[in-house]
Amino acid sequence: MVSLRGLSTRFGPIWVHKGLDLDVAAGEVVSLVGGSGSGKTTLLRQIVGLLQPAEGEVQLFGEPLFAGNRHEQKLRRRRFAMCFQQGALFSALTVFDNIAFPLRESRVASEAEIRDLVALKLHMVELQPHHAALMPAELSGGMIKRVALARALALEPELLLLDEPTAGLDPTRSASFVDLVKDLQRQLGLTVVLVTHDLDTLAALSSRVAVLAEKRILAYDTLDAVMQLEHPFIQEFFLSERSARALERGRGT
Amino acid sequence: MHPPALQHGDGAVRPTGEWTLSALTPRVGELRRALAQAGAAGWDLSAIDRLDSFGALLLWRAWNGRIPEGAIVPEALAGHFARLAESAAAPPPRTRFGVLDAVALLGTTVLGLASHLVDFIALIGRLALDLAYLSVRPRDWPLKEFSANLHKVGVRAMPVSALVGFLIGVVLSYLSALQLKAFGADIYIVNILGLGIIRELGPVLVSVLVAGRSGSAMTAQLGVMRVTEEVDALSVMGISKYVRLVLPKVAALTLAMPLLVLWTSAVALIGGMMSAELQLGLNYGFFIETLPKVVPPANLYIAMGKGAVFGLLIALVACHFGLRVKPNTESLSANTTASVVTAITMVILVDAVFAIATRAIGVPT
Repeated sequence: MVSLRGLSTRFGPIWVHKGLDLDVAAGEVVSLVGGSGSGKTTLLRQIVGLLQPAEGEVQLFGEPLFAGNRHEQKLRRRRFAMCFQQGALFSALTVFDNIAFPLRESRVASEAEIRDLVALKLHMVELQPHHAALMPAELSGGMIKRVALARALALEPELLLLDEPTAGLDPTRSASFVDLVKDLQRQLGLTVVLVTHDLDTLAALSSRVAVLAEKRILAYDTLDAVMQLEHPFIQEFFLSERSARALERGRGT
Repeated sequence: MHPPALQHGDGAVRPTGEWTLSALTPRVGELRRALAQAGAAGWDLSAIDRLDSFGALLLWRAWNGRIPEGAIVPEALAGHFARLAESAAAPPPRTRFGVLDAVALLGTTVLGLASHLVDFIALIGRLALDLAYLSVRPRDWPLKEFSANLHKVGVRAMPVSALVGFLIGVVLSYLSALQLKAFGADIYIVNILGLGIIRELGPVLVSVLVAGRSGSAMTAQLGVMRVTEEVDALSVMGISKYVRLVLPKVAALTLAMPLLVLWTSAVALIGGMMSAELQLGLNYGFFIETLPKVVPPANLYIAMGKGAVFGLLIALVACHFGLRVKPNTESLSANTTASVVTAITMVILVDAVFAIATRAIGVPT
């Protein structure tokens, strides 16, 4: 699904990534973890083409991201969707119009079909029908994340990228959001790549964990296998007492 | 990857292939018609390779919102239709614009206008109170912000106002010269340019420029600070947003505007003088000598007074709209537009008041 080859990123004189490789197979839920400033979000933005790496190549669905003419690129972009950390909802549009926006842009569905699809997406992310008329400014943090997820799912993506899906949510809301993503992933057979700091989320969602440190992917395996590795960052990140409790909680859900 | 299609046979309709949004996109119209014609035949979905909610919705709509009797729906696909059935049970409410909404809209507009007026007066009141407070506490004067704003709205506006002023001076002089030549009243070009530019054109021209340049910037800056909660952060620290944000802007523009008016009028007169020399052969010495004789100094004082009042108005309007921005992009753009339009309209209205109030001052009778 996603394949990064020899990816290097530079901000000014600082190399953030150097010769980074990563392959995500279809149906996987991969969590990217790493210390502050290790370039997790940068990597995510490179996967969706918002940033261009200095070296190396990003391939999605077996083709380079920027291959082909404009139309082909557009079709490729419709196959994945991203949820931004702050939701990035269009603040001038209602919840309904936010979710309908990508559908209207694609010019496939009729207006009546769009109404049904928006109702379906709202239902899928467990929002009430009357929320459709609200403006993004009137929503709580958890609702914003849900609407953003509904909008991301509007064009039936095969690949979903989540940037800090549970940041800024209280533990209960974050747990219910994680359950939601997990359910949807199972129902729709999505491939998910997420960046997270939250160990509860990590343990509950991911089928594999990619540890980003020393400018490359230090480890890429199941959570249990990663935790066996002897490395100062991994030891500190996963094996401190606080982390152990969080992982325990996450696995319980 | 088989494209989506409908096959008929054995008294049953069989959708085959990929019924996903991306695969359906090229032939969606054709399939919609085919689905509509398929009617109440038996259905067999077992030949579908992949289905997503859009594909499911197309079928669901063709079935009029329920799975037809005797349809063969594989276990893996049933979930899509179950979700559709659940969501269709409670559709989002439809909003329509009716007569009542029109009345409500009118009411909201009038109340909005009233709230603008109240807010504007409150802003002036707050500033007056803060000024009274600051007058006994000179240590709290926001001098740095004042100086920064003065540089931003005054010094940095000089090149553009000079360019515009110069060109207007040239054009005005050229057009007047054409007419005056016909009457042989060449030397009156000095009167026309002197009075017209100094008394009227200079202040209004600069106001329009400054409203577009600095007024919009002030509104946008305050607005973005509202959006990012910076204004709230200031309040929490116990720092008055009026003292720290509004007052320096208002004071700086009130002081900078008369100076900008002076500068722009001077450059416009130079432009007019050069054009007069080329067009009428009026030499520079004569122009400079005649100007103070035909334009009484009262005109200059009126111009600078106007400049100060216009500057005060533009800054107040800009801050008023900036502080009303709600935390979304639409509100930011709407308020910035409203700020510029209101500022320019107010300036022209007040200019008319000035013209009437000073009609007996500084003009030869």
